Amino acid sequence: MPPSLPARARGSAVIVVFLLLAAVSVVTGALVFVVDSMARATYALACSFVAVALALLTFGLTYLGVITILMMVMEMAIMAVFMIMFMGMNPALMPMDMVHGKRAALAVSVALFALLVVGIVVAPWPGAAGSASTASDIAALGHTLMGSKMLVMMSVSPIMFATIVGGVVLASGRTRYDRFGDDLDHPAQDPTPGGVGR
Amino acid sequence: MTLQLVLVVAAALFCVGLYGALSQQVVVMVMMGLELMLNGLVLAAAAIWLFLAPRPTGEVLLLVVLAVMTLEMAMGFAVAVLVHRRRGSDMTDMAGDLAG
Repeated sequence: MPPSLPARARGSAVIVVFLLLAAVSVVTGALVFVVDSMARATYALACSFVAVALALLTFGLTYLGVITILMMVMEMAIMAVFMIMFMGMNPALMPMDMVHGKRAALAVSVALFALLVVGIVVAPWPGAAGSASTASDIAALGHTLMGSKMLVMMSVSPIMFATIVGGVVLASGRTRYDRFGDDLDHPAQDPTPGGVGR
Repeated sequence: MTLQLVLVVAAALFCVGLYGALSQQVVVMVMMGLELMLNGLVLAAAAIWLFLAPRPTGEVLLLVVLAVMTLEMAMGFAVAVLVHRRRGSDMTDMAGDLAG
């Protein structure tokens, strides 16, 4: 017998809302690769993320739903800036269709979806191992993050720092090696000298 | 509602993202495909956590996935900026020599 949703999120209204949000998330996700402009693609992706986050909210996953909305809306805003920067044109008006291997990609995606659906339907899913907590969800998560799973979050922070350093090194226009070459003790030959009084 | 229904929706999101990641030429659009795949992963992981093992430790995994999405995008854009600066293009076909 497949597991059903916990009691707090059970009911026909929840199912209808979830199906609606699921349709919105999949359709807007597909629109990302159908619409004519990168800006519209960004908005479509943001809609897909927000629909999934709202689905999490209907499940009662308040913290995850809210944090997904906040993170993804900001992420898509940043993505839109990069698109405008790269494309160098009005991103809402310029049609685009820059694809390769369209049929092969479609075939692989459809085949994988069929395989996944068969696996999902056929797999003998176990029953729920325990009941979902109710009002203390966020408090329990906080205690977990600050307790037994603190090492996980502490591992994430240096990785984030490494990402910042790596991102700056990769994206910066000119590094110390471009200025000095291998001989870092050699004075820099800058076209415009810097410093006070230049 | 059953776990299977949510997982089928997550699989649909994942496969739509896979199609984009495989077919798009622009780096940013490839990253959008990857983000969509992770979107499906978040939904599937949340459903499995909620239906099968509703304990806070599962939510920690989802938080890590969200962090990974952010890091992936940050590094992806950094590489895209570098390729665009050096080669004047943001197309994956122009950076084919970077493979392997």
